[in-house]
Amino acid sequence: MLFQPAIIALLLASLVGTLMVASSVPFAVRVLRSWDTASGSERQLEMEKRTYLVSTLLVVVLLSELASLILFVFNADRMASLFVGAMCAVGTLNVNDFGFPTLYLKILVFFAAAGWLALNHVDSRGFDYPLVRVKYGALIALAPVLAGAAGVQLAYFLGLRADVIASCCSTLFSGSTQVTSDKLAAVAPEAALAALAAILGLVMLIGRRVLSSGKGGVVYAIASLVAFAVSLEAVVAAISVYVYELPHHHCPFCILKGEYGHVGYALYIPLFAAAALGLAGGIAQPAARIPSLAEAAPRIMRRCVKTSMTGFGLFGAITIWLIWRSHLILIEQSPLHLILSGGQP
Amino acid sequence: MSPWLHKQRNLLDFTLSSLSRRRGKTLGMMAVYTSIVFVLASVMLFSHAIRREAATVLAKSPEVLVQRMVAGRHDLIPARYLDAIKGVRGVQSAEGRLWGYLFDPAAAANYTLMVPTNPRIEPGKVVIGDGVVRARSADPGDLMSFRAHDGALVQFKVDKTISRDSALVSADLFLVAEEDFRRLFGIAPGLFTDLAISVRNPREVTKIAEKIDAALPDTRIILRDEILRTYESVFDWREGMLLVLLAGSILAFAIFSWEKASGLSAEERREIGILKAVGWETGDVIRLKMLEGMVVSLSAFLIGYLLAYLHVFHFGAGLFEPVLKGWAVLYPKYRLAPFVDELQVATLFFFTVFPYTIATVVPIWRAAIVDPDTVMR
Repeated sequence: MLFQPAIIALLLASLVGTLMVASSVPFAVRVLRSWDTASGSERQLEMEKRTYLVSTLLVVVLLSELASLILFVFNADRMASLFVGAMCAVGTLNVNDFGFPTLYLKILVFFAAAGWLALNHVDSRGFDYPLVRVKYGALIALAPVLAGAAGVQLAYFLGLRADVIASCCSTLFSGSTQVTSDKLAAVAPEAALAALAAILGLVMLIGRRVLSSGKGGVVYAIASLVAFAVSLEAVVAAISVYVYELPHHHCPFCILKGEYGHVGYALYIPLFAAAALGLAGGIAQPAARIPSLAEAAPRIMRRCVKTSMTGFGLFGAITIWLIWRSHLILIEQSPLHLILSGGQP
Repeated sequence: MSPWLHKQRNLLDFTLSSLSRRRGKTLGMMAVYTSIVFVLASVMLFSHAIRREAATVLAKSPEVLVQRMVAGRHDLIPARYLDAIKGVRGVQSAEGRLWGYLFDPAAAANYTLMVPTNPRIEPGKVVIGDGVVRARSADPGDLMSFRAHDGALVQFKVDKTISRDSALVSADLFLVAEEDFRRLFGIAPGLFTDLAISVRNPREVTKIAEKIDAALPDTRIILRDEILRTYESVFDWREGMLLVLLAGSILAFAIFSWEKASGLSAEERREIGILKAVGWETGDVIRLKMLEGMVVSLSAFLIGYLLAYLHVFHFGAGLFEPVLKGWAVLYPKYRLAPFVDELQVATLFFFTVFPYTIATVVPIWRAAIVDPDTVMR
């Protein structure tokens, strides 16, 4: 099913991105081996010039990877009509074994890319290319991730077969095809919301300490990644249910649709941005030890953490608003309520 | 205003003035870029609009169709099959349909004959679609005659014509009474072309189809969802094919933009040299050049998309119609309902802006690393 415009675009983007990053790997190896700012040799000058090219290329490629994450989910949702039993993106991603791994890898690429861009930004603030080796080491690590994501995505798209009326005369066309399900495993809504509240509170506490003391960026980064995972689970287990007002509909993608006012974007954009910025803060923190970044890195770290906290705060506020405006009562105030009304506890 | 925003504003200001200083080059680039966007956007807009049209039409068709197969070919279905189907729980209603095609030598075209059940048509009268009206220049009250299966002439009086609003589905329609249909084709009473079944609960459709399949093994069962899916796939495929064919032009465009971006005039090189001499860094020059690319990209994208919109929805997409629409003698004349899809815009963006940006990165970098002393000498 490769002849579909959005699929062609996604494959094109991942192919070009992988090629670009892969072609930068030999240069990265050269930087790791023979970078020496003290030297005035022609080779060193040429390498310094070349870093601008690689940075610019990577910025373009990584931004396109971020855009392709959105396009991928959007397209998966749209293709649901092509498969028997698929109602939304979950069904499309369940069509073969590579659907969800592609999505997870794309999210991984998103965070890896965001981390690399943060590293690049911090590095550009120092006059003596202080992080250049770290940066190119990270680039070498990034290349296989990108290539892996591109490969799994290709496998996913190659494995898609639309359930279409064949010209042969089978009696019932859809009969033999496997019905894809839209089911997602979810934890109990009470537990998910409690965990969400706890982790968001923790993130805010750590964030406040980081802002006041200027230390603990790495802890904040770890906390924000955990918060990201817990938030996604909460979206699946409870928040989306409140949006749909259907106790058994747990889809994290349908909230992006127009029927629900595209409210998913209001949830996901702050969440992804907050987690990525938290990660960036964790990357900027250790760089403060380098003399040429002693002033810039803490400033960047504070700004990242502050914006990240705003993002998590926004996510929490939107969650509360969605639950408040929903007509669904998912969690009854049962124990207290029952005792007060004299029923069986 | 924050210093960051102020900086961006000044950069943009500088970008615009430097673009307008090289008006010829910029306009040439814009023209090529715009036409690429225009061609691709036309293909996408047209195929999406027609797909939507198909979905709207099919939304009112019956959930399940049952056709009898004899030796692998579609055959007439006896009315007693209806009883078996009505016995399946969940079936809301089932009725036999009569339809077929009639070749009219006078117009050299095929009509689609149908027998509507509600409202019924009186024997001897016919209601015709817009395409038939045009092909035969027939008006209400005119007589049309055809040879029946046994060679006898069957005459119809045009009762009404169907308005052009629904031309997409009704252009070649020729609605007749049941008696006339059977006489024309010699179909015995008690036989139908196929059976249309409506189902109350959409989630039961597949189960009901399975039960019918078990009760009537010599039938072929077609679900509405399957028809929709097939249309969707076919249009996707056609659109994708056209895009792959156009890939050559995208590639040519990428090469063109590479060339344009690397062919710096002495004037431009000197400009960059001076900028660097007054304190601009390589990163700033790259940012400036990327901003130039962004201005060109966004303007070309917007203009190209608007032109494509006008082309498809106001001028009938004359350039690509034959490929995407297919062909027939009695082709309907219709105007597509304007429809812009977010996914489509995002995809188009990937097809045009992404190759352009990638193709210009290396030339931009080459321009930005020049040493000021070498160019100003």
